[in-house]
Amino acid sequence: MTGEKIIPRKTFRQRLVRDFKRYKLIYLLGFLCLAYYFIFCYLPMGGIVIAFKDFRAARGIFGSKWADPWYKYFDQFFNGYYFARLLRNTLLINVLDLIFGFPAPIILALLLNELRSNSYKRVVQTVSYLPHFISQVVICGIILDFFSSSGVINQIITLLGGNRVLFMQDARYFRPIYVGSGIWQGVGYGSIIYLSALSGVNVDLYDAAAIDGCNRFGRVIHVTIPGILPTVIIMLILKVGSMLSVGFEKIILLYNETIYETADVISSFVYRYGLQKGNYSYATAVGLFNSLFNFALLIGVNALSRKVSEVSLW
Amino acid sequence: MNKSVQSADHSRKTKAWYYGHPSTGSRIFDICNVVFMVLLMVITVYPFLYVLFASLSEPLKLYSHQGILLAPLGFTTRGYTFVLNYRAVWNGYLVTLFLATVGTSLTLVSSLVFAYVLSKQDSMLHGFFTFMAVFTMYFNGGMIPTYLIVKELGLLDSLWSLILPGLISTYYVIILRTAIMSIPKEMVESAELDGANEIIILIRILIPLIVPTIAAIGLFIVVGYWNSWTNALLYIQDGEKQPLQMVLRQIVVNNDMSAAAGTGASNRSGEDSATRLLLKYATIIVSVVPVICVYPFLQKYFTKGVMIGAIKG
Repeated sequence: MTGEKIIPRKTFRQRLVRDFKRYKLIYLLGFLCLAYYFIFCYLPMGGIVIAFKDFRAARGIFGSKWADPWYKYFDQFFNGYYFARLLRNTLLINVLDLIFGFPAPIILALLLNELRSNSYKRVVQTVSYLPHFISQVVICGIILDFFSSSGVINQIITLLGGNRVLFMQDARYFRPIYVGSGIWQGVGYGSIIYLSALSGVNVDLYDAAAIDGCNRFGRVIHVTIPGILPTVIIMLILKVGSMLSVGFEKIILLYNETIYETADVISSFVYRYGLQKGNYSYATAVGLFNSLFNFALLIGVNALSRKVSEVSLW
Repeated sequence: MNKSVQSADHSRKTKAWYYGHPSTGSRIFDICNVVFMVLLMVITVYPFLYVLFASLSEPLKLYSHQGILLAPLGFTTRGYTFVLNYRAVWNGYLVTLFLATVGTSLTLVSSLVFAYVLSKQDSMLHGFFTFMAVFTMYFNGGMIPTYLIVKELGLLDSLWSLILPGLISTYYVIILRTAIMSIPKEMVESAELDGANEIIILIRILIPLIVPTIAAIGLFIVVGYWNSWTNALLYIQDGEKQPLQMVLRQIVVNNDMSAAAGTGASNRSGEDSATRLLLKYATIIVSVVPVICVYPFLQKYFTKGVMIGAIKG
């Protein structure tokens, strides 16, 4: 013990050099991987500066002149015609998905858990996971085909004596179709995480609840649901933390000009204005607003949850 | 071993007890539950069955048919003959096969290597490496800046633009790192004493021990590449280099089959739109079949997939 006090602690530099010698190969590989992250993740983050510049392709990202004033493109977006519409559409799709899409896999997991036959349960699981692995292009192609003016849905409507509905040309139907098909795609796969949480619930608790006079429903309410609540909260944090993001993939596959009113969201707008129309600086500003808002939201919701429920991401 | 037998016995006993004396309400619920699950499966599978039936139907019958299909109307493989002659589809298939093989190998190897680096928790730069990787999960440059970087690197219209921007996936890295860290330290240390360097340890000792995890992630990566199309949308203009999903989008979503002209699909314009309908359904089937083939293997790894999904959020 006295020996430790006498020998002076090695300096940071000495320790680093020793560490480098010991982990030569590891550091070499590590820096190679980091070079990848630098080029394809951190350089684009640096590229965000064009949101504050008048980007000209000939001058490049760093050669372009600063916008005047620097917040010009943010100003254009916030005071522009599209701001309210994009914000509303993006939020509404997420709110609808939170109300209908979020509970769906939880309910499915609870119902699957109540199935008596394990082999039947496995069959249902296998089938319900399938759409998750089919490409978005195929799924959207099928949706467009089924909901087209001469598609299956309309054929059934006319057979039942109704009138044809132009689902994909009517702005009113976009949100239900988007959110509904999202549930169809994701409910099975989404239930896996809750099922694995369910398998972690202590079986003794069911015995205890039964002895206390709980019937089957009571046991679900008092044992099963509290058992998976931490998982539910984590998933809720992630969901609410991305309240202002809707991936552009499914949107641009499904939408068309006639329904921009309800279908156009921030990410699809960034794609259209940035890549298709070439307003790079403007679109980057819109995208930056979106990701900063989400980042702040995630941190806020996580902090709130840590206080209220003691469950949090970090 | 004794312990696991005990716990299995216990859970079976509990399950029997749990379902021991079902009340009428409980029985009714069970029946409703089973029926509901049947409905769920029908709703999940039927759209795909419809496409399969439609792809095999006589085009003119299909055109005049109303309502759902329970079997092909007539039987013809003409749709598939068109696909066989549709050059864009085969070209897309080749590009996608390139992604599924070369892309998957590169992603798997680089993710594994980085996972190994991150598993060395006592190295001094461990925290730095981890932070640099995890930060990218929560914040990124966004579509336009990434596009501009890819452009400046001269990768536009190159097949590498479909692989490199997403080469290392931090989610997979974290899962692989967890798997590597679950291996007892003694195994690595004894190999070190024998004079093996890090690369040899990774290849000879660690990788064989985490083969199931690697297989699971490999399958998820393959399916990911198979279904990917957004990178091509952003970075590829050249029709020759479009992956299958982009060709599919052209046919199925944009209803653009101009490239099919001259394939002998049909010269009579009356039948033309009907046969194009077939082409659409047949292309979907042709693109989905490989995924369906991999699906039984994927199934084994769903729980691992959950971890992927959980971290991915």
